[in-house]
Amino acid sequence: MNTSRTRHVLANIGGLAVFIVMIFPVYWMVATAFKSGSAIASVRPTWFPTHATLANFKDAMTRPFFWSSVRNSVVVVVATVSVSTVVAFLAAVAIARFKFYGRKAIMVLIVLVQMIPLVALIIPMYVLLARLHLTDNLLGLILTYFAFVLPYTVWMLRGFVLGIPPELEEAAMVDGCSRLGAFFRILVPLVAPGFVATSIYAAIQAWNEYILAYVLLKQNHETITVWLASLTTLRGTAWGTLMAGSTLIALPIVAFFLAIQHRVADGLTAGAVKG
Amino acid sequence: MSTAGTQGQLLAPRRSPEVRRRASRARSARSRSVPYLLAAPAIIVIAAVLGYPLYRLVALSFQHYSLAEIISHKTTWLGIRNYQTIFTDSQFWTILQRTAEFTAFNVGATIVLGTAIAMLLRNVSGWVRLMVNIAMVFVWATPVVVAVTIWQWLIDQQSGVLNYVLTHVVRAGNFERHDWFASPLSGFAIISALVIWGALPFVVITLYAGVSQVPRELEEAARVDGATSCGVFRHVIYPIIKPLVLIVTSLSVIWDFGVFNQVYIMLNARPTSSYYLMSIYSYQESFGVGQYGRGAAIAMVIVVFLIVAAFFYIRQLLRIGEIK
Repeated sequence: MNTSRTRHVLANIGGLAVFIVMIFPVYWMVATAFKSGSAIASVRPTWFPTHATLANFKDAMTRPFFWSSVRNSVVVVVATVSVSTVVAFLAAVAIARFKFYGRKAIMVLIVLVQMIPLVALIIPMYVLLARLHLTDNLLGLILTYFAFVLPYTVWMLRGFVLGIPPELEEAAMVDGCSRLGAFFRILVPLVAPGFVATSIYAAIQAWNEYILAYVLLKQNHETITVWLASLTTLRGTAWGTLMAGSTLIALPIVAFFLAIQHRVADGLTAGAVKG
Repeated sequence: MSTAGTQGQLLAPRRSPEVRRRASRARSARSRSVPYLLAAPAIIVIAAVLGYPLYRLVALSFQHYSLAEIISHKTTWLGIRNYQTIFTDSQFWTILQRTAEFTAFNVGATIVLGTAIAMLLRNVSGWVRLMVNIAMVFVWATPVVVAVTIWQWLIDQQSGVLNYVLTHVVRAGNFERHDWFASPLSGFAIISALVIWGALPFVVITLYAGVSQVPRELEEAARVDGATSCGVFRHVIYPIIKPLVLIVTSLSVIWDFGVFNQVYIMLNARPTSSYYLMSIYSYQESFGVGQYGRGAAIAMVIVVFLIVAAFFYIRQLLRIGEIK
């Protein structure tokens, strides 16, 4: 009894240590964002920002290209998400609901395609888009993001479709609903939470992506991650501004992610945990 | 699907058997094409936007292709010359070895730490588990570019918190104004820490889900029979979470072998050659030097390595019956 209690206490201490190590960088970002310039520059760190200031946020938002890059990112995210969710849903229904020749091959293809590293495809994509004069054009970037989020969104939506018993649609069809009617009246509303989760996932990917946007776009078209990295890569950086900018960029994503995180893990390990 | 057939029969009582047969054949041909039509847009996009560039990558790797060729639209076929050039370059082998070591270390550390934390979470109180989970989700959600920026700030020479803590709190020596990127070894230590920190959430959350499925009774029974903690893990828990560990490991290999942002942005977009990993090397050779053909050949080596890792991942998915 005694040894098991000691073990429990030790485990709790270990757990708290893990918590502190993991959360500290995130905490430090937010804390620094609210600190004054002198508190940031001092060698002795200020652990809690007692004299909180919003100056850093103001500075970040008035930097050149901040608002234009936010707008570009929003355009890219909305376009990528809306198109990819619809296309992915159709494919997900095909592989979850139908038995057809080549189905397994399509599934392997979808998993395999996710493994191709971005870095390897940048070179041909740049060369192709440069020839089509689509570099420095948001359309080119949207097209590539669309293709990159598609495999995983198909995979994720397939999981949602599988979770809805086909008997529900069959019952509707017995009651006189057409195939298409059952699709729109039964399947689509029931998969709605899946649409939300998948769209958020695609939005996160498009919002966070860096290399493609960096290579394919020029300054007047840059996205928010490229904007942040360009601030970072200038030496003699204003840490307060950078941390405020980082907080602004991470905030919407963290909020979205909290909503879907278990779905993402399920999707990547493809339900290997289920009993 | 069967109901569609019943409906058809109800609607066609007056037709001759021949007409009916023909009609049903046409209908079944149509319904057979439905899944293909549904999957077609996705397949076409994947083929056009990912498949075609991949084909172009292979082609580029056999060509002389620099800025001049982008403008003139003419290419020169080189055969395997690009590959000969990189394979006879000692820098290539150094970088390949460095990337392999970097991947092995990071994947090993991520899996070991991830498993340890997942096991730890089994024994902690509910509120501690909740706190760890919240921390994990925050880290997971942090965009890589933001994460790199935060870490640059943590290790800042002048007022970075890491140097302060090492000097004044841990008292590990004098780290005042210590430059972590002065030597590649300590530089890569920082990069690895960043990569592992960013990779842990996915691994911990996934493995904890697996570990929490192991019934308590099983563990208690093993303990009654005299098993040590180590024995319980090896003989009771590990066999159950093994498929998950394999999936998480192969995904980690794939991700860590392709690490780019964490090095590139961390070094302010100007990494010196002692910090080159395969991805950076391929990128610099193409966009830095303008030798797209040679850069493509290097990228091909990355793709081949990753296909091997992907093979294990997909085989595991097939084995657990996820693709069926």
